[in-house]
Amino acid sequence: MKPSRSHPKAYWKENLRYLFILLAIWFAVSYGAGILFKEALDTIKIGGFPLGFWFAQQGSIYVFVILIFVYVRLMNRLDKKYGYDE
Amino acid sequence: MIYIGIAIWSRAGSTKEFYVAGGGVSPLANGMATAADWMSAASFISMAGIISFGGYDGSVYLMGWTGGYVLLALLLAPYLRKFGKFTVPDFIGDRYYSKTARVVAVLCALLVSFTYVAGQMRGVGLVFSRFLEVDINTGVIIGMAIVLFYAVLGGMKGITYTQVAQYCVLIFAFMVPAIFISIQMTGHVVPQIGMGGTLDDGSGTYLLDKLNGLSEELGFAQYTDGSKSTIDVFMITLALMVGTAGLPHVIVRFFTVKRVKDARKSAGIALLLIAILYTTAPAVAVFARTNMITTVSNQPYEEMPEWFTKWETTGLIAFDDKNGDGKVQYTAFAKAENEHPANELTVDRDIMVLANPEIANLPAWVIALVAAGGLAAALSTAAGLLLVISSSVSHDLIKKTFKPNISDKQELWIARGAATVAVVIAGYFGIDPPGFVAAVVALAFGLAAASFFPAIVLGIFYKKMNKEGAIAGMIVGISLMLFYMLKFKFGIFDGGKVAVAGLQKDWWFGISPEGFGSIAMLVNFVVAITVNRFTPVPPEEVQAIVENIRIPSGAGEATPH
Repeated sequence: MKPSRSHPKAYWKENLRYLFILLAIWFAVSYGAGILFKEALDTIKIGGFPLGFWFAQQGSIYVFVILIFVYVRLMNRLDKKYGYDE
Repeated sequence: MIYIGIAIWSRAGSTKEFYVAGGGVSPLANGMATAADWMSAASFISMAGIISFGGYDGSVYLMGWTGGYVLLALLLAPYLRKFGKFTVPDFIGDRYYSKTARVVAVLCALLVSFTYVAGQMRGVGLVFSRFLEVDINTGVIIGMAIVLFYAVLGGMKGITYTQVAQYCVLIFAFMVPAIFISIQMTGHVVPQIGMGGTLDDGSGTYLLDKLNGLSEELGFAQYTDGSKSTIDVFMITLALMVGTAGLPHVIVRFFTVKRVKDARKSAGIALLLIAILYTTAPAVAVFARTNMITTVSNQPYEEMPEWFTKWETTGLIAFDDKNGDGKVQYTAFAKAENEHPANELTVDRDIMVLANPEIANLPAWVIALVAAGGLAAALSTAAGLLLVISSSVSHDLIKKTFKPNISDKQELWIARGAATVAVVIAGYFGIDPPGFVAAVVALAFGLAAASFFPAIVLGIFYKKMNKEGAIAGMIVGISLMLFYMLKFKFGIFDGGKVAVAGLQKDWWFGISPEGFGSIAMLVNFVVAITVNRFTPVPPEEVQAIVENIRIPSGAGEATPH
């Protein structure tokens, strides 16, 4: 698509799609792996860590950081595509 | 001293510099300042201790206080930056085209900030009193003087640069002892790996397995399992996450950068910097717990190390030789049960981080470093909160509601006056805590979750959201949270604090007051959307504002109007 300032609706729609995907991952690692499915995951061990416990105290935090930086990159690309970059 | 020097160098010359540091802070500096602002006495001093005693239960703080940044970065920060005003009530007031909405938001902001700042002043006082060897009241007063000096003089500009310095101090102070102890116990330099590693004593046992074994032996829940119910863990985590995203002193940070893309990036940097401490804390918790149990459990009282007796004099460690055998029995049982002896040792959770280097026999300079770090953490957060309080009063109440025609200079002086009054009130609560200050700090998140988060999110993502809905939602949400907290945390309807423990069985759906913010938030959403359906849609120009904040370009600088 050519850079143009006339597609705020399309821009917003793509933005919402990104948000939905990223927040789904956000939910899955913390509430999913760290809380709801902790018991099941704890049967798997990585080094000394039961996996569910690891997600709750370590893994989810690493994923959170990565999620924000992925979001930053995706949005910067999207801004360029729609000509909102500055 | 250094903090004050920076404050003088960067003192504010205008309201704009006072509120948003002139809007020209780089994302890295802003990220560091946000991280220091965010990591309070609770993160630095208390959190590892809480995890240490709670094991898996402590995860709620780890996930809650970091996961909130994802919400903040994705749902709030960029849009609020584009909106380009000074404060959260500013956004609420303009987006919902109503003075009432603004005043409700100001009251919520004051309530949240005050409950939070009182705990910080207490933390400052604790560190000063322990390490300057003055009594705690003198400690609080010294702390008040320092915070007042640079928050009032410098405003946001002063605070931003002092917080950058404070971040460096506090992260260094947290990491050094953690790395030392990790090497000592497991041979790993990185504590995050050491935590899951094997013990360095040639036995080949995993550290966590050993700790689970020790805990079980003494009658505690397994360290990696904890004892809270799944629903409560879920709800507390949610309340803390949403509360983090709704805390006014954190949100206001994102008004200080130049462009919308900087706001996104600086949220990422802030979380990265916070994550360094937050992934180390659970490791510190495991090391400290294991060390403490092996040092004291079933050992003769006579042979306790120096740190034990030193903390005993502060009253934060207490030993009572119930069976008279001269040894310290540390167990989960109040009375002797089966083959388990009764517990004879009480340890205040807050001392774990401060005492940890002493327990592990680290050199004195490391111990001093930890004190400096605790101080930096508490001071930076207190200053950020005071700024929110003062700007809420001077900007949102006086300038925007009661006296719109005061000059910029007068407004600046009112802001400084408000900060002074706020410090004095916070100091009073620090010296003379009503007994529940520490408990209230956690509840500040519930209050923020129940009030701001829904109003802001709906304001951005639901164009047709009107003022009636938003105001009703905020009022119902925060009232419900206040009610639940007063009933189940302070027991005021059932005969005071003594009744609190007995009320636990009456918790709605088994959710603790700390986790109830999630429910209050959902109720806020439901009320807001329901009321919205039966009242008129917002005017065209407001809908145009919403369209505009969704587009990142042309943010300009944060302006008064």
